[in-house]
Amino acid sequence: MDPGLLAQHAFNGLMLGVIYALVAVGFTLFFGVLDVIKFSHGDVVMLGAFTALAVSAGLTGAGVMSHPLVLLAMLVIAITLMAVVGALLARLLVLPLRGAPAINVLLITLMAGTVIREGVRLFYPQGSNPKPFPRLLPGGTIEIGSFTLRHDSAILFVIGVAAIVGVYLTLARTRLGLAIRAVAQDPETAAAMGIPLTATVLATFAIGSALAALAGVVNGLYYSEISFNLGLLLGAIGFSAAVVGGLGNVYGAILGGFLFAALQTIGAVALPFASAYKDVFAFAAVIVLMALRPAGLLAERSAERI
Amino acid sequence: MTATIWPALAALLVSAAGVLGLLLAEKQWAVIAIVIAAGVAMLVATRLGWDDRIRRSGGAHACTVSGVALALVVATAFVLREHNFALLMLCTVLLTIVAGLGLTIQFGHAGVVNFAGAAFFGIGAYAAAVLATKTALPHPLVILAGGVCAALIGSVLVLPLLRTRGHYAALITIAFGILFKTFLEVNDTLGGPQGLKVPGFALLGHAFNDPIAIDDETEWSFYLAYAGLSLVIAAAAYVLVRRLERSWIGLAFDAVRLDETAAAAFGVNVAAWKIAAFSIGNFLIGLAGAAYAMMTGFVAPTSFTFGDSLILVSIVILGGLGNALGLVPAALIVVLLPEKLQAIQEYRFLLFALLVIVILLVRPGGLLPRPMRDYSAGEIR
Repeated sequence: MDPGLLAQHAFNGLMLGVIYALVAVGFTLFFGVLDVIKFSHGDVVMLGAFTALAVSAGLTGAGVMSHPLVLLAMLVIAITLMAVVGALLARLLVLPLRGAPAINVLLITLMAGTVIREGVRLFYPQGSNPKPFPRLLPGGTIEIGSFTLRHDSAILFVIGVAAIVGVYLTLARTRLGLAIRAVAQDPETAAAMGIPLTATVLATFAIGSALAALAGVVNGLYYSEISFNLGLLLGAIGFSAAVVGGLGNVYGAILGGFLFAALQTIGAVALPFASAYKDVFAFAAVIVLMALRPAGLLAERSAERI
Repeated sequence: MTATIWPALAALLVSAAGVLGLLLAEKQWAVIAIVIAAGVAMLVATRLGWDDRIRRSGGAHACTVSGVALALVVATAFVLREHNFALLMLCTVLLTIVAGLGLTIQFGHAGVVNFAGAAFFGIGAYAAAVLATKTALPHPLVILAGGVCAALIGSVLVLPLLRTRGHYAALITIAFGILFKTFLEVNDTLGGPQGLKVPGFALLGHAFNDPIAIDDETEWSFYLAYAGLSLVIAAAAYVLVRRLERSWIGLAFDAVRLDETAAAAFGVNVAAWKIAAFSIGNFLIGLAGAAYAMMTGFVAPTSFTFGDSLILVSIVILGGLGNALGLVPAALIVVLLPEKLQAIQEYRFLLFALLVIVILLVRPGGLLPRPMRDYSAGEIR
C-alpha cells in the first residue's frame, strides 16, 4: 500500500484511539475506586457534546463570533457541568447501592443512561435528529505526498493527548491522585488513614465525567455531527477498551482504547472482506483476546477474584 | 399447621383481574390507576406480611395453584378472543417470560452472566425464518431447532466465558451481542437491515395465521392460536426451570454461583455446570425467539440490539434474581406498560427508566426476591 495512504489510515486510527481512550479512562477510574461499572458513561459523553452544542448556539445567538472564545466557553461549561453530573450520579445512584450486587449498580446506571438519552431526545429542540456540530477549528490542511493532515484533527489529537497526560499526572503527582489510588487499593485502610472516602469517590467520578465531556466535544468537532444515541456504542467501545486493557489500570484503558481503534482500522482497511464488517471484526477480536488474557492485557495485580 | 390454599388463590385471582384490566384498558387514567393500585397492593401486602402467607400457601398446594394459574391464563386469552392487540401483548409477555426463564437459569441460578439475550433470541428467530422458508421441517421442530441453534452458537462463547468472571465475562457477551447485530446488518444473505419474512406457524394442516371462524358471524382473532402456543411453551419452560431448581442439578448451580472454589472442593464440576446452565438458558431464549418470529412474521436486526438485551436483563433483576415467578410481574411492567402508556408515548421510555431506578432504590432484591431453599417436607414450621 502507498505509504501516504497508510499514514492517513494510521492517523485516523490514532484519532479514534484518543476518543476511545478518553472514554475508557473514565470506566477504569470508576472501577478502580468502587469496583463498579457505570454504564451511563457513554450517555454522559453524549450529554457533554450536546451541552457544548447548546453553548455554541447560545453564544452565536448572542452575537459572539470569535471561534476560539466560543470553543473555550463550550469546553469549560461542558466539562464543568458533566463533572457535576458525574458526581451527582455517583452520589444519588451508585453510592446508595454499595452493599447491593454489582449487577444492580450496572442496571441502575444503565437506566440513568436511558433517562439522559431520552431526556436529550425529548427536550433538546429536534433532539431526535442528528445535529450538525459547528466547525470551530481552523480548516486548513498540511499535505505531505498523498497524506493529508487536517489542522483541526491535529489540534484535536493534541488536546486529547494532553488531557490523558493531565489525568495521568493528577493521579501520579497530586494529593488528590494519591487519595484516589489509596481508595482504589483498599477503601477501609484509606479511610483509617484519614482519607475522606465519599469526597474522593465523588472527585473521581467528576474527573471521569469531565473526560467524558471532553471526549464528546472532540467527537463532535471531529465528525461535525452528533446524535442523541451516540453514547450507546461509544460507551460499549469504551467499556471494551477498559476491560481489554485490564479494569482499574489507567495505562490499560489507554492501551485498550488505541487497540480497539487499531482493530477497527485494520478491519476496515487491511482485511479482505467489506469494510462494513469492521465492528464485527473488532468485537470478535475482543472476545478472542479475553479468552487468551482473561484479566485484561495489563491486569491489576489483585485481579478480580472469585 | 398446614397453610390453607385460599391466600394463594386470592392473590392469583386479584392479579389475573389486574392483568386483564390492564390488557383491556383503553383510557390512560385507567392504566395509571391499575398500576398505582398494583403498587399500593404490593406495599400493603408486604407491610402486613401477606406475601409470606401467600408464598407458604402456594408452596403447600403447588400443583393445584399452578393448575389454577394456567386456567386463569387460558380464561384471560378466551376473554380477549376478539382483541388482536391485547392477545399479541399477552403472547409477547408469555414469550418474554420464556426468554427470562433462560436468563434466570444462567444469571440467577448458575451465576453465568449473559448480556446478549437479544442476540440469542435473534438467533432463534433467524433460524426459524431460514428453516421455515428453505426446508419442509414440521413447524414444532422448527421452533425446537431455533432453541438448539441458539445453544450451539452460544457454545462458541463457552471457552472465553469459563476463563473469565465478573465484568470481564460480561464484556464477552456484550461484545457478542453487538457483533451479532452488526453482522446481521451488513450480511446480505440474511436480508441485511431489511430482515426476513417468516411464514406463520402451522400444525397438522391448520395455519395459525388464519382467523378462527366459529360461525358465519363470529370470528376469533388468529392470535388466540398463538396464545395457546406461547402458553404451552411458557408452561413447559416454567415447569422445566422449577424442576431443575429443586433438583440436585439446581443445587449444583447454586453451589457454583455462591462459591466456585468451595463447590469444586466438594467435587462439583464447575465448568460442566456452567456450560450446562449457559446452554439450557440459550436454548430457552432461542425457543422464545423462534416462536416470536413465527408469530410476528418478520425478523430484522433492529429488534436484537444491545438495548434489547439490557431490557431482558432488567426483567430478570426487576423480578428478583433467580425467582422464576418474579418474571411474571417484571415482564408485565417491562413489556406491557410502555405499550399501554401510548398517550404519553413520547415519554414512556423515560418514565420506564425512572420506574426501574425507583424500584432498584426501594426494593434492591427485586419485586419478588427469591426465597430460601425450604427442605421441610410439606409442613411449615
